[in-house]
Amino acid sequence: MNGKEVLIHIEDLKKHYNDGAVRALDGITTDIHRGEVVVIIGPSGSGKSTFLRSLNLLELPTAGKIEFDGVNIADPKVNINLHRQKMGMVFQLFNLFPHMTVLKNMTIAPVKILHRSKAEAIDTAMKLLERVGLADRANAYPSQLSGGQKQRIAIVRALCMQPEVMLFDEPTSALDPEMVGEVLDVMKELAADGMTMAVVTHEMGFAREVADRVFFMDGGQIIETGTPEEIFEHPQSDRLKSFLAKVL
Amino acid sequence: MLDWLKQLYEIEWIAGLVDDFKLNFLDGDRWTWLLEGLGNTLIITFFALLIGVAIGVVVAAVRSTYDKNEESMRQRGGIGFFLLRIVNAICKVYLTVVRGTPAVVQLLIFYCIIFAASTNSRMIAIVAFGINSGAYVAEIFRAGILSVDGGQFEAGRSLGFNYPQTMIHIIIPQMFKAVLPTLCNEFIVLLKETSIAGYVGIMDLTKAGDLIRSRTYSAFMPLIMVALIYLAMVMLLTWLVGKLERRLRKSER
Repeated sequence: MNGKEVLIHIEDLKKHYNDGAVRALDGITTDIHRGEVVVIIGPSGSGKSTFLRSLNLLELPTAGKIEFDGVNIADPKVNINLHRQKMGMVFQLFNLFPHMTVLKNMTIAPVKILHRSKAEAIDTAMKLLERVGLADRANAYPSQLSGGQKQRIAIVRALCMQPEVMLFDEPTSALDPEMVGEVLDVMKELAADGMTMAVVTHEMGFAREVADRVFFMDGGQIIETGTPEEIFEHPQSDRLKSFLAKVL
Repeated sequence: MLDWLKQLYEIEWIAGLVDDFKLNFLDGDRWTWLLEGLGNTLIITFFALLIGVAIGVVVAAVRSTYDKNEESMRQRGGIGFFLLRIVNAICKVYLTVVRGTPAVVQLLIFYCIIFAASTNSRMIAIVAFGINSGAYVAEIFRAGILSVDGGQFEAGRSLGFNYPQTMIHIIIPQMFKAVLPTLCNEFIVLLKETSIAGYVGIMDLTKAGDLIRSRTYSAFMPLIMVALIYLAMVMLLTWLVGKLERRLRKSER
């Protein structure tokens, strides 16, 4: 990834609870480059979700810097709403708005925040729905959709804001096994289109196939980073080795 | 038909009821007292309801904004956080005092102390009941906001909505659906609570029945009639809210 532009620069990021007794994030320094797919793996409780969620400040860091587009968004004086518009987020439990149709879910943010015209927002939304094969569900409510469909809608809802980076927090963990594939396919397509992505997942197959770089986290720190081949075929640390032995 | 009615009238206890009814409601057009009382009860309830919901929205907004943003605002500091803290403290005192004292006492305090110079007792009652109801409505709304899944809030914020926008577009519509039955219950309680308005010389439905009783020396007919009218209003309200609930739920199916 050398020579590529740095999109998010993270410096000594810390998230402590109870005055430092619990260290969910314990000094993370790394870069995420534009167009890169970063997959974050690690045992549960390793801080990988906390790390991802602090990238758009859903978790407030205790200390450290997060530079996005050259602005330190961890600074309390920065208007985080402006930056969140450029960072799409996909959650484990979809978090679609149950009182709105699929189309409304996708258009409300562009219309209310970016002040797009309704027609324009609907046009963008329908194109995205067609891409993920759900154009016929535009007027359905979330409760009428399967888990896989919900997650695909959640992804395109975030894309409607034309974000510069997409954050995925265990996007397939709440899905029935037969629905994991359809969601991963959408994510693969997105990666192929050059979207910058940070993905927390337990899908090692996805990491191996799609990731440009893999971060292995444990104890609130990034223990090892590398290409999928380096991480999966030539793990260096004992912790990664024992983790891989359990999941592969 | 008439013969059949006449036969019925010959049964002693039925005749007694009919005479009683005539004495209490028809003689001297005393039914108009009930009508006037009902009117006052409805006016007081309706306007107190409006005040209560208005206060409830504001207090619930302040309380949940403070609870939700305390951490991030403390970090930022500044005058905004300072003001919010003060307003939040005022809201807490209001909730404690109003919920900690009986409504009758509050009504009397408004009538005899705060608005002692005013003679418009109906207006005083509206204000007193409104302020009383506001405290309960505020807690209902706050509980409703808390009952909406936290992921909804996160989804809104991560799309770039600011805090008020997230509340207005995403949380409050869902909150409203969740609190509707409880809110309806509060309206019913308020409607019945207004029966203490007689304490400050207002001729509400209860007082009207009482007035009839004092003239006719017959307790059964006026009291049962007053009870039935309250019951009918509550049943109507419950039915209407049930309809609204079903319609709201349909939008999700």
